[in-house]
Amino acid sequence: MGKTLFDKVWDSHVVSQIEGGPSVLYIDRHLVHEVTSPQAFAGLDRRGISVFRPQNTVATPDHNVPTVNQDLTIQDKLSRMQVEKLKENTKKHGINHYGLNHPYQGIVHVIGPELGLTQPGMTIVCGDSHTSTHGAFGCVAFGIGTSEVEMVLATQCILQPKPKRMRITVDGKLKKGVGAKDIILYIISKISASGATGYFVEYAGSAIRNLSMEGRMTICNMSIEMGARGGHIAPDATTFEYIKGREFAPKGDEWEKKLAYWKNLFTDDDAVFDLELNYDAADIEPMITYGTNPGMGVGITGSIPKLDEIEESTKASFMKSMKYMDFEAGSNILGKTVDYVFVGSCTNGRIEDLRAFAKFVEGKKKADNIVAWIVPGSRQVEAQAKAEGLDKVLEAAGFVLRQPGCSACLAMNDDKIPEGNYAVSTSNRNFEGRQGPGARTMLASPITAAAAAITGKVTDPREFL
Amino acid sequence: MAIDKFVTLKTTCVPLPVENVDTDQIIPARFLKATTRDGFGENLFRDWRYDKSDKPVKEFVLNNPAYSGKVLAAGKNFGSGSSREHAAWAIHDYGFKAVVSSFFADIFKNNALNNGLLPVQVSPEFLAKIFKEIDKNPETEVEINLEMQKITLLSTGESENFEISPYKKKCLLNGYDDIDYLLSIKDKIEAFEAGKSI
Ligand code: SF4
Repeated sequence: MGKTLFDKVWDSHVVSQIEGGPSVLYIDRHLVHEVTSPQAFAGLDRRGISVFRPQNTVATPDHNVPTVNQDLTIQDKLSRMQVEKLKENTKKHGINHYGLNHPYQGIVHVIGPELGLTQPGMTIVCGDSHTSTHGAFGCVAFGIGTSEVEMVLATQCILQPKPKRMRITVDGKLKKGVGAKDIILYIISKISASGATGYFVEYAGSAIRNLSMEGRMTICNMSIEMGARGGHIAPDATTFEYIKGREFAPKGDEWEKKLAYWKNLFTDDDAVFDLELNYDAADIEPMITYGTNPGMGVGITGSIPKLDEIEESTKASFMKSMKYMDFEAGSNILGKTVDYVFVGSCTNGRIEDLRAFAKFVEGKKKADNIVAWIVPGSRQVEAQAKAEGLDKVLEAAGFVLRQPGCSACLAMNDDKIPEGNYAVSTSNRNFEGRQGPGARTMLASPITAAAAAITGKVTDPREFL
Repeated sequence: MAIDKFVTLKTTCVPLPVENVDTDQIIPARFLKATTRDGFGENLFRDWRYDKSDKPVKEFVLNNPAYSGKVLAAGKNFGSGSSREHAAWAIHDYGFKAVVSSFFADIFKNNALNNGLLPVQVSPEFLAKIFKEIDKNPETEVEINLEMQKITLLSTGESENFEISPYKKKCLLNGYDDIDYLLSIKDKIEAFEAGKSI
């Protein structure tokens, strides 16, 4: 019987198998950021050991960093300490560190791919659940906790039970105004925020194949939002084209050798999945969420479910969520007031996202009631956006391009959505308080965010296309 | 370096019958700035537990003196979202030794096990019974026996078995730590690296 892409990558990294237990999995690339690593480095110190393979490890601060005046000292003392601790720890252990103001700094899941650190067939981990992003390159990439960060620092290995395999196929042609973010929000709305728990997902089908690498990363990024251990897409010409020539991409003979290997990274025709789901791309509308988990999404012209459409056991949670959002069950999404628009994060903070947003707002004006934060995912994205003149397009429409970081994706740095305010956000989580205590988040694509930024309310972006 | 041993536990429970409790609720991001593992219990469920002026929210279960105990019983899909191990640290630091739910998010489950906090997955029916019994009487106790992989609702005598990988069970029963294990097979890891062709 043939093998799935997942099995090919996973099996080739198993150092040993503990009977009745997890696999010892070898990790090719370990990405590190400031929030989930200090306790792991402290653990190494307590054990009196150093990092086993510093050359396989790369670090950058992203969660805590301000997105204005990055050249100044970070004001928040605790944030500053974490960022400094990362610098100290990486220096001590000889780990490549792209600190604030370094041209390669950025959100860890944005810089891995753009530096060519993310390559097909690799195992990649990071103390961050959106590590699944790297699956867009045909990797087995997943988020881990701090004890596991310590394991990888100490031994370049991790103990992991092997997940089950799921394939989600999206075939057909996407409608106008529908993109990668809508595909993934649609899938999650169908299978729920826990529907893929215990699985590793392969995304397949013509609608997925036709996406750019940026779009594929958006899809894989949100695999965790349906509970999946990770998600990936088999590498193809689009993937190889993207990697070629990047800073840490293989070069010369090495490139040829790797390319030959990468071309074998696909699911064999007769491979079997534990679960297969199929969707038709033509059924997908621009999507938006109305609740407090990413599974609570609908097509933008749709309405919030009525109470009697909700499963009995979920009713209490649904009501709690409606109360938090101050939405009526059964009401329409279109026309709801918006106060903030956030474009950025490891889901939609790449150059293609900024291009889409800028193109949409070009020649229009930001609505007066909207505060907008447009945040590039990395220094390189920022530089590229400026080189293309996107910053000028944004300025003319009343927007400002900020500096790179996680920003309003999570309420850990200065960019917090104030209590009770509604944000249309291109990030990945609409949990209570995720974007600030009491903040109300509606997740959507960059162009749906752009439409809200222009009109000041939830608007179907297709009205402008 | 050892983790806490877990053998058996007999205790009352704190009920939290909410589904999809994500790790942002368990410990909000703004409390993740520490560089040590201690003290997170203070901010466990911070935004449900305290209001804007830091006054305890009376209705929230952790502030209700009727409920106490070393087990947190929570709704389906507990621990979803962010991979922050701080969530497991906060629950453990607060004084819980086990979490009972009908479904756990993967990363949370691993994080809990790595910190001597036992995730006990029961059927939705059994969980509903636990909630019902606690509702009737907050003094209701459960007994968790890891060796037998069994949880018993003492008020009714009903019990259910739960799953745990034999490896993790051994770790918890003995307080073994994964990193010690991995360090002990370093020669195997080096041999694997040497044999890696790509
Ligand atoms: S952008 Fe958001 S989801 Fe991505 S790494 Fe940063 S905080 Fe996490």
